[in-house]
Amino acid sequence: MSTKTVYGIFDDEQLLLSSVKEIRANNIEIKEVYSPFPIHGLDKALGLKETRMGITAFIYGCLGLSLGALMIYYIMIVDWPQNIGGKPNWTFYHNIPSFVPVLFECTVLFSAHLMSITFLIRCGLFPGGTSDSPDERTTDDKFLMVINVDGDSSSVKEMLTKTGATEINEKEA
Amino acid sequence: MHKESEIRDPLILGNKTYHDISKDIARPIEGKANKYWWILFSLSLGLFLWGMLSIAYTIGTGIGVWGLNKTVGWAWDITNFVWWIGIGHAGTLISAVLLLFRQKWRMSINRSAEAMTIFAVVQAALFPLIHMGRPWLAYYVFPIPNQFGSLWMNFNSPLIWDVFAISTYFSVSVVFWYIGLIPDFAMIRDRMSATISPMKKKLYSLLSFGWSGKAKHWQRFEEVSLVLAGLATPLVFSVHSIVSMDFATSIVPGWHTTIFPPYFVLGALFSGFAMVETLLLIMRKVVSLDAYITIKHIEYMNVIIILTGSLVGTAYMTELFMSWYSGVEFEQYAFLNRATGPYWWAYAIMMTCNVLTPQLYWIKSIRTSFVATFVISIFINIGMWFERFVIIVTSLHRDYLPSAWTMFSPTFIDIGIFLGTIGFFFTLFLLYSRTFPVIAQAELKSILKSSGSEYKNKK
Repeated sequence: MSTKTVYGIFDDEQLLLSSVKEIRANNIEIKEVYSPFPIHGLDKALGLKETRMGITAFIYGCLGLSLGALMIYYIMIVDWPQNIGGKPNWTFYHNIPSFVPVLFECTVLFSAHLMSITFLIRCGLFPGGTSDSPDERTTDDKFLMVINVDGDSSSVKEMLTKTGATEINEKEA
Repeated sequence: MHKESEIRDPLILGNKTYHDISKDIARPIEGKANKYWWILFSLSLGLFLWGMLSIAYTIGTGIGVWGLNKTVGWAWDITNFVWWIGIGHAGTLISAVLLLFRQKWRMSINRSAEAMTIFAVVQAALFPLIHMGRPWLAYYVFPIPNQFGSLWMNFNSPLIWDVFAISTYFSVSVVFWYIGLIPDFAMIRDRMSATISPMKKKLYSLLSFGWSGKAKHWQRFEEVSLVLAGLATPLVFSVHSIVSMDFATSIVPGWHTTIFPPYFVLGALFSGFAMVETLLLIMRKVVSLDAYITIKHIEYMNVIIILTGSLVGTAYMTELFMSWYSGVEFEQYAFLNRATGPYWWAYAIMMTCNVLTPQLYWIKSIRTSFVATFVISIFINIGMWFERFVIIVTSLHRDYLPSAWTMFSPTFIDIGIFLGTIGFFFTLFLLYSRTFPVIAQAELKSILKSSGSEYKNKK
């Protein structure tokens, strides 16, 4: 039996959303959905797991805070302690009020940058990367659903038409 | 789906479809520039070149070519620095704080406001750099292990806090901006024909990082935007608080005040919103985006200007009261001298432009007029520049020792550098307006069916 890929193209995000729900209710696996903008509720309808980007931001923030503290501790307390305006320079603990601004900035710096880099890596985005969208119009005004079918694809196509797809294409894999 | 009250005014005018939005936003990139664009661009470029020559002369000859003297060691350079940083703040406020508050109207203006932030911070960063006198030694401010003795920077110093705050702010703003731009670059890439403009297509596909708009990618994209907004919000408040500490941690009367951090942050938002209005009202005409930047957007911003302007006015009054209440002779004199001394005119300009003009926005017909808004926004830009001038120069020119009292007057070079940065800023902004998607079209499409005028009428 040959595997076919069916592409259903929709004009409206609400139709797409209801179609996704109905197709999944019929136990058909949706391989991918491409859309020009984020659709509220689509991730739940597709059964996607919650993203962990926020957690990574927290971890990177903790890392930034620790590295910032280590840097300041080494520079100000260990390597070259100086009496500056009578500020306590013998322990990190006593001098910490002066260090709060830089510690905060280090936290934000690490958190924002490393999270963004993680995002790019996890999504496979990099300068020179190519889009794998089957239809260029998906960044403009079309919503596209990709379904892999083993054998007869007519029932899937019928369901797509019924739920509002305006255009259906098929490709032999 | 997001539901919105029917009595809210539409944010997108005309019968737009998703495809129309793509077309309108790609138009300035695909088409040719109009006459106004070329006029403004040549003007800005001219100013920019003048500024570059002035900077080159300063670096070649030394800081002595400025109007500074032993008493007034900080003047226009730091005034300009604080002014530009302040302008930058509105961009982050619009894109980050309004995102956290889920204000839909930010979507038409956030991209340009963020661009403004980045370009303004570039101008701001120039000033400390050239004020160093030897900018090639600028790396001394970074914690780099070195061989010239164990020479580290001092983390007790607010100037070093500033280095960290501004470099973090700049780089995080760039990242926030760029992450938002990726789907929009992808839209431009997919519109470009590979046969008619192959170079452009290559360029935009490079910039779009191969974005395709998968459901999982959008889910991560939204989370990343939200977290970045959450990080940028405290960041923006910290940056101007730290800038104010450059002054507030000193013992100079007029600078040594605890009100400075909130006062500077509010002033920054106030001036930043004025500059956003100036820019958007120009851009609206230059690249014709009348349907997306509506009078409603301008009115919302004017309401924020009334609020921040009134808070700034309150801060001025509090400062005056506190100087009297402190009972410290030097403190009292510093403020008396501001208002009635030789720089009384600068103080008067500051008070008129910052406290009185924004109050005109209580009148609805002024608040909802493009012309009036443009004029008032220019007034506020001027007023906020004078606020920084008043704080910096009037506090320094008459300090504890009357024999050191003097006046400051700018030289041709001071003026050249300041106008040069304005030229540089507008040059960057005008280039941006012709090469970048100036509106976050992906976000805008997501609200078309709840806030577009056609869809609103159908309900």
